[in-house]
Amino acid sequence: MKVDRRSFLSFVIGGAAGTALSPLPWKLIDDSSIWSQMWPWTPVPPDGEVVYEDSTCSLCPGGCGISVRKVDNRAVKIEGKKGHPVNDGGICILGLSGLQLLYGPTRIKTPMKRIGERGEGKWRKISWDEATAILTEKLTDIRNRGEAHTVAAIAESDSGTVPALLQRFMTAYGSPNFIRTSSQVDADELAVKTLFGATGRAGFDLENADYVLSFGAGLVDGWGSPVRMFRAGSLWKEKNVAVVQVEPRLSNSAAKATRWVPINPGTEADLALGIAAVLVSQNMVDTGGVSGFGSWKSDLLSNYPTQKVSQTTGVAADVIVDLAKGFAKADRPLALCGRGKGLVAGSLRETAAVYALNALAGNINRTGGMWAVPESDYIQWPKAATDKLASAGLRQPRIDGAGAGRYADSRYLPNRLADGVNGEGPYPLQVLLVAGANPCHDLPDSKNVRAAFARIPFIVSFSSFNDETSAMADLLLPDHVYLERYEDVPVGAGLARQVIGLSRPVVSAQFNTRHLGETVIAAARAMGGSIADAFPWPDYETCLEETLGEKWDTLMETGVWVENDIDPVADTVRLAGMDAPAIQAEGDVDRFPLLLVPYDSIRISGGTIGDPPFMIKTVADTVIKGKDGFVEVNPQTASAAGLTEGDMATLSTPRGEVRVRIHLFEGIKPGVAAMARGLGHTAYDGYLAEKGVNVNELIGPVEDPSSGHDAAWGIRAKLAKA
Amino acid sequence: MKHEQQHNPPMKYGMAIDLDKCTGCGACMVACMSENNIPFREDESDKLVSISWMSVFKLTNGKAFPDTEICYLPRPCQHCEGHGGHSPCVSVCPATATDYSAETGIVSQIYTRCFGCRYCMGACPYHARYFNWWDPVWPEGMEKYLSPNVSPRMRGVVEKCSFCFHRYQLAKNKAYLNDERTVPEAAYQTACTQACPAGAIVFGDLNNPAHQVHQIVKPDPRKGNKSRNPRAFRLLERLGTNPKVYYLSSREWVRRAGDNYLAHEKTGQVSNVHH
Repeated sequence: MKVDRRSFLSFVIGGAAGTALSPLPWKLIDDSSIWSQMWPWTPVPPDGEVVYEDSTCSLCPGGCGISVRKVDNRAVKIEGKKGHPVNDGGICILGLSGLQLLYGPTRIKTPMKRIGERGEGKWRKISWDEATAILTEKLTDIRNRGEAHTVAAIAESDSGTVPALLQRFMTAYGSPNFIRTSSQVDADELAVKTLFGATGRAGFDLENADYVLSFGAGLVDGWGSPVRMFRAGSLWKEKNVAVVQVEPRLSNSAAKATRWVPINPGTEADLALGIAAVLVSQNMVDTGGVSGFGSWKSDLLSNYPTQKVSQTTGVAADVIVDLAKGFAKADRPLALCGRGKGLVAGSLRETAAVYALNALAGNINRTGGMWAVPESDYIQWPKAATDKLASAGLRQPRIDGAGAGRYADSRYLPNRLADGVNGEGPYPLQVLLVAGANPCHDLPDSKNVRAAFARIPFIVSFSSFNDETSAMADLLLPDHVYLERYEDVPVGAGLARQVIGLSRPVVSAQFNTRHLGETVIAAARAMGGSIADAFPWPDYETCLEETLGEKWDTLMETGVWVENDIDPVADTVRLAGMDAPAIQAEGDVDRFPLLLVPYDSIRISGGTIGDPPFMIKTVADTVIKGKDGFVEVNPQTASAAGLTEGDMATLSTPRGEVRVRIHLFEGIKPGVAAMARGLGHTAYDGYLAEKGVNVNELIGPVEDPSSGHDAAWGIRAKLAKA
Repeated sequence: MKHEQQHNPPMKYGMAIDLDKCTGCGACMVACMSENNIPFREDESDKLVSISWMSVFKLTNGKAFPDTEICYLPRPCQHCEGHGGHSPCVSVCPATATDYSAETGIVSQIYTRCFGCRYCMGACPYHARYFNWWDPVWPEGMEKYLSPNVSPRMRGVVEKCSFCFHRYQLAKNKAYLNDERTVPEAAYQTACTQACPAGAIVFGDLNNPAHQVHQIVKPDPRKGNKSRNPRAFRLLERLGTNPKVYYLSSREWVRRAGDNYLAHEKTGQVSNVHH
């Protein structure tokens, strides 16, 4: 048969059509998908011997005991430790995600030196010896020029041996600039000092309280020691304890409370003082434990009449009276403050007003009351000797101005760091050491912070993770993560007792990282002289064991040391500190008709640690959708701006402008917009980066006139259709 | 009718979740993800394809400010018994990849039998089943934390909450080694129950009067295992799915949100079990 063009085409086309109509192609596709399903890229986790190892979680200040399940030398699951005095078996969502931090790709795996432009992400791996040499040569050089004070260190905590070693290093080196990141702890310490006249912190016997009045404290949103708070919340439910949540937004804490009292944002102190005025005027106070009551009383009654307070706060007058009566009638009432997780210092006026309520209820240092807990004092090192260069440096003022002049009452002012670096400080900063802090993401007014960091010639990060701050660094000296290291974890977090947990290495170091304590000791030794003399320990573990002394054996055996018998720093509250003006939101009312307030969620890590993949997976699609973040507004507020659910909008404040989606929520006061804190990361990995908006791009610090602490609770804002 | 093994006495594992205590913190979700090797992707904001055996839903009472209320509702697989083990999903599975265990009352899922037809997903009224649209990929290094007790699933199969069945197996082995005839209550607890910081979840054998979950729920076998506790309800109880997860709430609107009621109907009415 002759094959002509026509029959050839008929054959090819007919054949193709016939094959397409037959089950063959579909069968082949199906077979290949089934066949490729068997390809060995689905991992088969190796089996092995199962052991549990106990440690202490230090991802937040909560101090929970954890029990880590291991299969041979792999950690496979973190669980809460049963019988632990803080969390007794419970665990939070961040603690559960810890292994994603340990094994995740966001770890900094080795010391590195920047070789590209700053922030470009080009690094050269170096050895620890080289890294220590770079650091100590730089520091020695600056010190020899008599400029030791131009070095600053910022850390997440100032208690425990590791922060203490860093502080000691700064002192021996000759810099006054050790800075602790901002949190409610700042205002709490100041309020205790002002009211009790002694150094300490407030502890709350929540479990025994029978009426809880929370001024915005995120009782189940991550305030205090989160797992302890969840447990207390359930205990209150069982015991029918009345819990009142005062807050402009129906947070989870407000939803769990027996009563939600919506309030105008930022007026919590007025309400507390208004309630105090009702208590005083109706003779429902116990003045046994207070001093200075006479003059304070007349001020209070003249400045906070119920009607006026009602106008300021937006809380009806009868509700104020009702709250006062409820508080007075209860046997063991307790008032709490610190917005959300307490990530912002807050004002002295507010903290003092709330603590004064506790004092007026006569519940200071009593069961179910507020305790003035002394600072833990187990670190008893001889004072570091300072040579001439160090003494000269230490005489210089601090870069953030804390502890002197109008900021005499504050210890640290991280919110003033950026301005200090940007020219308002007494001198330019030459080196910044960053330990367990992520100021480039967490400090308010990110734009200003970025500008400040660009001005600092040399930044050293000890972070274990690729966070925003280590991206801006020149030298990376990565610390072990908590599951790889020994460390003492003193727990404050509102506990009415003293607790020290011990972190123990559950797995060996996964990468070429080094304990921050070792790094500090090594640097000090390399610098010689009086600096080396201040660090007599051969290594960190020896330092830890010697420091803990007799507690060491208990800690090694049980993982936790507890002192239930508290010797309060003082019993009498001197009523003061409430005459400061209220903290106003920044911005012009006419240009920015709305109030933007950040809110905290336990599912979004708000501190130094960024959300691991598991946590971000639990975040609702009304908070993040794709890369877009949301702002929550009342439907009334939205319709006034012509916006509806899911719309793209421009949210602007005096500090910045972002594009966000709208989420309508009936549980928020009209005129208020709320945005989750802790999102909008630019560093880390694809599981977290670029999702949502960092609320710090929009909010700037507002100084508390009595201390200089950041007391910003929000900012004025405007919403427009994008 | 398949042959059912006789166990004496048969167990019926179930849960009571106290919504008054649940704070919506999400610890149960992550405890489950971590225990059961649940994969994750860069973007998990499309909740239709996001795998979460335990999901926490947010309910509102629909009222305007300031009368708005919120309640969180954690939803694991409901382990429906239906009538005689006819769970909605078990009834439709052509591969016997999912089955109702008369021994424990747990609805199983055998990944290697599943061929991904997803009938079960269509049949499940609780959206408790999830399909693996992609092969799981863990970022470099994270495979180290995978647990050998639960096999990671491949693309093309359906997965769901197993009431941490591997924990039951381990507890059973341990009980036999200790010469115990039954698994003690504390020896077998799901990961979510163990993790819940609010203590909102109680897990155990609904048939065993000594177990806390039985004492809370007090199921009434003559009324399709409806709870005798006035605070308790089950999700879509009137479908006759006979689920073993009970919820407790002191709020009427929450209990009413658990099912579809006509305006004149009272909350808590249960029709007879369907066959």
